[in-house]
Amino acid sequence: MNATEADLVIVGSGPAGMAAACEARTLGLSVVLLDEQATIGGQIYRNIESAPVDRVEILGQDYVAGRSLAMDFRSSGAGYLGGAVVWNVSLDGTVDYVAGGHSQQLVGKNVLLASGAMERPFPIRGWTLPGVMGAGAAQILLKGSGALPTAPVVLAGCGPLLYLLAWQFLRAGAKIEALVDTTEKSAYLRAARHGVGALRGWKELTKGLKLLSTLRRHGVRVYSGSHGLAVEGETRAEAISFTHRGRSVRIPASLVLLHQGVVPNTQLTWSTGAAHHWDSEQLCWCPVTDPSGRLGETPIYVAGDSRGIVGAQASAVQGRLAALAIGDRLGITTNVGRRAELQSQLQRYTYIRPFLNALYRPADENRVPQDPSVVVCRCEEVTAGQIRRYVELGCLGPNQTKAFGRCGMGPCQGRFCGLTVTEIIAQARGTAPEDVGYYRIRPPVKPVLLGDFLP
Amino acid sequence: MTTDALFTISQKSKPELITITFDGKALTVPAGISVAAALLVGGVHEFRSSVVGQVPRAPFCMMGVCFECLVEIDGVPARQSCLVPVRDGMVVQRQIGAAHLDEGHTGEEA
Repeated sequence: MNATEADLVIVGSGPAGMAAACEARTLGLSVVLLDEQATIGGQIYRNIESAPVDRVEILGQDYVAGRSLAMDFRSSGAGYLGGAVVWNVSLDGTVDYVAGGHSQQLVGKNVLLASGAMERPFPIRGWTLPGVMGAGAAQILLKGSGALPTAPVVLAGCGPLLYLLAWQFLRAGAKIEALVDTTEKSAYLRAARHGVGALRGWKELTKGLKLLSTLRRHGVRVYSGSHGLAVEGETRAEAISFTHRGRSVRIPASLVLLHQGVVPNTQLTWSTGAAHHWDSEQLCWCPVTDPSGRLGETPIYVAGDSRGIVGAQASAVQGRLAALAIGDRLGITTNVGRRAELQSQLQRYTYIRPFLNALYRPADENRVPQDPSVVVCRCEEVTAGQIRRYVELGCLGPNQTKAFGRCGMGPCQGRFCGLTVTEIIAQARGTAPEDVGYYRIRPPVKPVLLGDFLP
Repeated sequence: MTTDALFTISQKSKPELITITFDGKALTVPAGISVAAALLVGGVHEFRSSVVGQVPRAPFCMMGVCFECLVEIDGVPARQSCLVPVRDGMVVQRQIGAAHLDEGHTGEEA
């Protein structure tokens, strides 16, 4: 295997990764950035370099903001490898990846993991049927291919991305059959109580409400405070059913887009053996780092949403701060003023987060399915009822569910069931997610073919 | 592109079109998109059948984390079709159950 060295190897070309590369280059560090997608930008700025004008207009200002960062990254002098799938990160800074059908290595004096976020699992009856996708997935289809739902679509769940996608669909001329909003009434109260500068919080709240009223004005049926969601169908989605204001509603739909927020993609940090803590506000695992994002005493740093959900702007700043810390470690004097400037930016961008966490906290019933027939592990088809049964038989945590019934052992390696399994077991045992823990994630974190190792 | 497809790409922008096959059936799809996107706009509903229950599955995340979009591409099984850019002449097959290697893939030819 052909090893190449760099001061900094970055995994992920979203805002955190690109900004970190730019900042590190300013310090004179040699940088190589790897990303498994074919284009730069991560998910938030996907296809930012080649999306046609009309599509960019549909996607809106927050998307356009990625352009200047992408341009800065391109002119930064950082090396970039697209279509490079990282399958191992070692504590000595070795990064193994597959590109073009060959496994290769890079050795970083430092490594920054910026693998971003993924949509939170939405385990309800029927969520494995063809025709049920994440709202984020549909947005990726729009950003990457300009593809829109053919028939009137149903959006269901909660969170800013769901409303944003609805707004983008309307601008693009796609028809929305209904928006099934699972935000609980209590969420508004909980958020309002949060004491985040009242004005800022109010602005965010009214932004969401304004979007909802825009949707209604366009004739979209909005079902607020819905619960008991299920997708019906034999071999593909045929309808969504739910309870709204005490009444059962059934809406025929061939495409149902689910969303209830995003969670850190922690596969790489877990695989390094790093400690993680349960974030009881964001209801997910986050790697334990120092303030600069460093994992323990390792040369590995984490920035952006894969460290805890902070959003695109804050992610970029975290990337830059990690680059400064790495510069320090390499003995390069950094400008104290720059760090202070970035820290105040970070504070500004994350100020609203606790409020958003409270407002868009996904409902318990949509995270911890009570219906025993709901599939939790999509790959190995293990249900909520089976997992509860394992607990009755003495199963204490996610790792043991593997032995009981192959839960989490399919190709996604627990990415789409891990959080649910942790919470189901915690509830069944009457203990905290922190006590239950997570799967032991081991490399390769992505499938590798034996043929990839042939010269 | 069939009207039955879950997603449609507007032809107004006159995208360059290429041809791939899915289970032997020719699909004309825009160039420059992922295989998963191409199959979705090409009217494919079932990408694979699940390993345990043999029930139909299709892409869920479109970003490389859910592994629901696994298909066989040009003879290589279990490829994440949302991560592979589509190419003219690509031969794509539905992935039935778990990935397996047939006699043609003993490693000798690789």
